[in-house]
Amino acid sequence: MSLTVSEVKDCAHLARLGIEERDVGSYAKDLSGMLDLMTQMNDLDTDGVEPMAHPMDQVQRLRADVVTEQVDREKFQAIAPQVEAGLYLVPKVIE
Amino acid sequence: MYNKTIAELAKSLRSGEFSSVDLTLAFLDRIKQHHSLNTYITVTEEQALQSAKAADLRLATGKAELLTGIPMAQKDIFCTEGIKTSCGSKMLDNFIAPYNATVVDKFNSAGAVMLGKLNMDEFAMGSSNETSYYGAVKNPWDTNTVPGGSSGGSAAAVAARLAACATGTDTGGSIRQPAALCGITGLKPTYGRVSRYGMIAYASSLDQGGPMTRNAEDAAIMLQTMAGFDNKDSTSVDLPVPDYRAGLSNSLEGLKIGLPKEFFGEGLNSDVAATLEAAINEYRKLGATVTEVSMPSLKLAIPAYYVIAPAECSANLSRFDGVRFGYRCENPADLTDLYTRSRGEGFGKEVKRRILMGTYALSAGYYDAYYIKAQKIRRLISEDFKKALSEVDVMMGPVTPSTAFGIGEKIDNPIEMYLSDIYTIAINLAGVPAMSVPAGFSEGKPVGLQIIGNYFAEDKLLNIAHQYQQVTDWHTQIPKGFE
Repeated sequence: MSLTVSEVKDCAHLARLGIEERDVGSYAKDLSGMLDLMTQMNDLDTDGVEPMAHPMDQVQRLRADVVTEQVDREKFQAIAPQVEAGLYLVPKVIE
Repeated sequence: MYNKTIAELAKSLRSGEFSSVDLTLAFLDRIKQHHSLNTYITVTEEQALQSAKAADLRLATGKAELLTGIPMAQKDIFCTEGIKTSCGSKMLDNFIAPYNATVVDKFNSAGAVMLGKLNMDEFAMGSSNETSYYGAVKNPWDTNTVPGGSSGGSAAAVAARLAACATGTDTGGSIRQPAALCGITGLKPTYGRVSRYGMIAYASSLDQGGPMTRNAEDAAIMLQTMAGFDNKDSTSVDLPVPDYRAGLSNSLEGLKIGLPKEFFGEGLNSDVAATLEAAINEYRKLGATVTEVSMPSLKLAIPAYYVIAPAECSANLSRFDGVRFGYRCENPADLTDLYTRSRGEGFGKEVKRRILMGTYALSAGYYDAYYIKAQKIRRLISEDFKKALSEVDVMMGPVTPSTAFGIGEKIDNPIEMYLSDIYTIAINLAGVPAMSVPAGFSEGKPVGLQIIGNYFAEDKLLNIAHQYQQVTDWHTQIPKGFE
């Protein structure tokens, strides 16, 4: 199985991941190789097998609805690329 | 003094042979001297000396723990408050973690001295430490070869005596494979045994932190501190932590060892196979019986892993968006450009490959064919383990198909690199614990023996490794130039 250049670009768009035009071909080749590997999975009949999402088949633990942490905005924003008046700045979204 | 194990160092610190400050200075000096191995991303000299002073005071009061005053290092995947936590990526090159990982807190409370943060494959994606933004790490046994990955900095640092011990993380073999290639002892605990809080996520249902040490006794000491329930990790397992050192001396008389026949087939280097056969013979002498077991679904572990891990990675790494922390591109035209270029410029090639693969596997129309199919195979693999481990106490086999390969040898061929994980990744899919133990050399390069146990049988694995280390001296060998 192989992945086309346009499929690679679609995935890159879905992931909001910039890839250089000159690298698209090599990603297509590598990902096609991975897909070849994955098609081996079809050799095994898995009808009726329950998918396993987690090694312990755990469910999310519940906890009491009490405050355990306070957000320290100043501390967290100290490492942000751009902030102003306690807000994270990004390019204008709505004109 | 840097050649001593944690247990020996703890004794020397108590007898007054040397102080933690002396010891820390000696390690810091060695780190500088062997800078060319590229094991450390950040050396925290000042903090280390402060912790060492505090440790000496604590030792004087008699309230010290075994790790008090022991110079160790953290894989740079564990968040350390106020200290750069890069995860081997340009994306986090400017990231000063605002909080500590639970594992880091635990070492701090034990009074361990952190020397710095260790090099690793970018976001733990790699088997050679060559995907690091900070460059490849060299294997101290042969500096033309890789130390393995992703915890390559950890393994090389412990082997070269640039830290008494180190943390690692293992998603598909990232503790065991570098431990094997660098001739040290590495343990991947049962999934859920060690908290993942503050350990930067790659594939959350597979990631597990663990100790990387000179020997099994040291691994027991480290795991004692690392293991335990943590409210802050929703998949942490709430079970009591046994005393890992208590059972180290237990006899192996009557131990049932299973050799999965799929582990000894085509692809395994014959010299490595012969080395492992000799190790298994040692176990026979220690009173163990050896039988063959079968893991029929094992051959599909690689395809299933390379669906599941990239799928989880593509979701986990979506948080790196250039908005709240980490790398941001210059002059973004609009919000989409900000996301796309920040991620495009901040991530390296292997990370991008896995994000793309995961995005594809999770996208509409392919979800069932890839992701659900892989999860079904994961179930079958896990059942193989359960069945085999109901017949025998532990399984043994290789960690890697061959010894350390050359720097640059496989980096341009990702599929070949993935295939070298054949003996380690199934363990992560099942979630069981496994160790790599030094078992000999092939052409001067270390060979690791893998010991695989049942869920939460870390104490058993440590006992089995320790007994072997009482009758062999592979684990005490030092690479030339690092004595």
